[in-house]
Amino acid sequence: MEVKNANAAMLSNYEVFKLLTDLKEKRKDSGRNKHSVGQQNLNTITYETLKHLSNTPCSRQSPEIVKEFLTTMMPHKLTKAEKLQLLNHRPQTAVEIQLMVEESEERLSEEQIEELIQTVSDILPGDPEQQNVAPAEAEMDEGGEQS
Amino acid sequence: MFVLVEMVDTVRIPPWNFQSKLNEAISEELNKKLANKVVYNVGLCICLYDITKLEDSYIFPGDGASHTKVHFRYVVFHPFLDEILVGKIKYCSQEGVHVTMDFFDDILIPPESLQQPAKFDEAEQVWLWEYETDEGAHDLYMDQGEEIRFRVADELFVDTSPTGPATAAKETPKKEPPYTLIGTICEPGLGLLSWWNS
Repeated sequence: MEVKNANAAMLSNYEVFKLLTDLKEKRKDSGRNKHSVGQQNLNTITYETLKHLSNTPCSRQSPEIVKEFLTTMMPHKLTKAEKLQLLNHRPQTAVEIQLMVEESEERLSEEQIEELIQTVSDILPGDPEQQNVAPAEAEMDEGGEQS
Repeated sequence: MFVLVEMVDTVRIPPWNFQSKLNEAISEELNKKLANKVVYNVGLCICLYDITKLEDSYIFPGDGASHTKVHFRYVVFHPFLDEILVGKIKYCSQEGVHVTMDFFDDILIPPESLQQPAKFDEAEQVWLWEYETDEGAHDLYMDQGEEIRFRVADELFVDTSPTGPATAAKETPKKEPPYTLIGTICEPGLGLLSWWNS
């Protein structure tokens, strides 16, 4: 076996998530041979990787969302690796952005970081459980002010 | 986190698989060979992405199976240096904090890369961060199962191919993982997710 190119392309978590979900569907239909000894490794790695990825933001993304995100990110002049990390992690605080973007204090002003957080929050879908908590708290605040 | 690796290999299809389509038989063989295995200096192979080129299939004298040279691309787990990853704490030991990502377990954060000052609690076998504020020192425990954000500091590939018979006899074989990631959480924003969620 020969490795022609160990780094031909970078894949986002969403692409791997979609590939494994489609693979799982195809293998479910074929049925007979997926339990054979040889296929056990593929089953294990597919199950574990899907288990890990379903708890990340990539499980709520789609090709349109990814395309929209990358188009909106163009003016910020971030490297491919930085955009990939933002797509995979969906950072919600300035501290997280500073971790993923190298030399962020020199390259981005505070407003730009806020803008990045807002873009990420708008375009990439978040965890519905977390989002349900926030509106409930807003309702409680409004009730307090009225009385 | 994941990369596409272009590889070339000769795939052997035994005669009892001649009834299935060549592409499917080859995909099955490649996944059987590579899925969930570490390739030296490449990473942990996940699954086949696609087949880019199929050369002619040959049958050799003495073997009824067909041999086909295949050019294909494989999805491989190989985080780049300084990448931020999120995992769960498996357990703590004197060597540091062991982190798992479900499909990949051999991630270690050594004591010097923890948020300083760090202390190892022998009784509970857990590392903790002695966080100082104006109010006093808080001990933040790194418990099992907690989600942790870390940066990839280094990677270690070990060639675990079998050695010759001469050395094997007397030494107890020490099982080293073929691919290890060394992480660090010594930066603001890294460490347990609960430490930084306001």
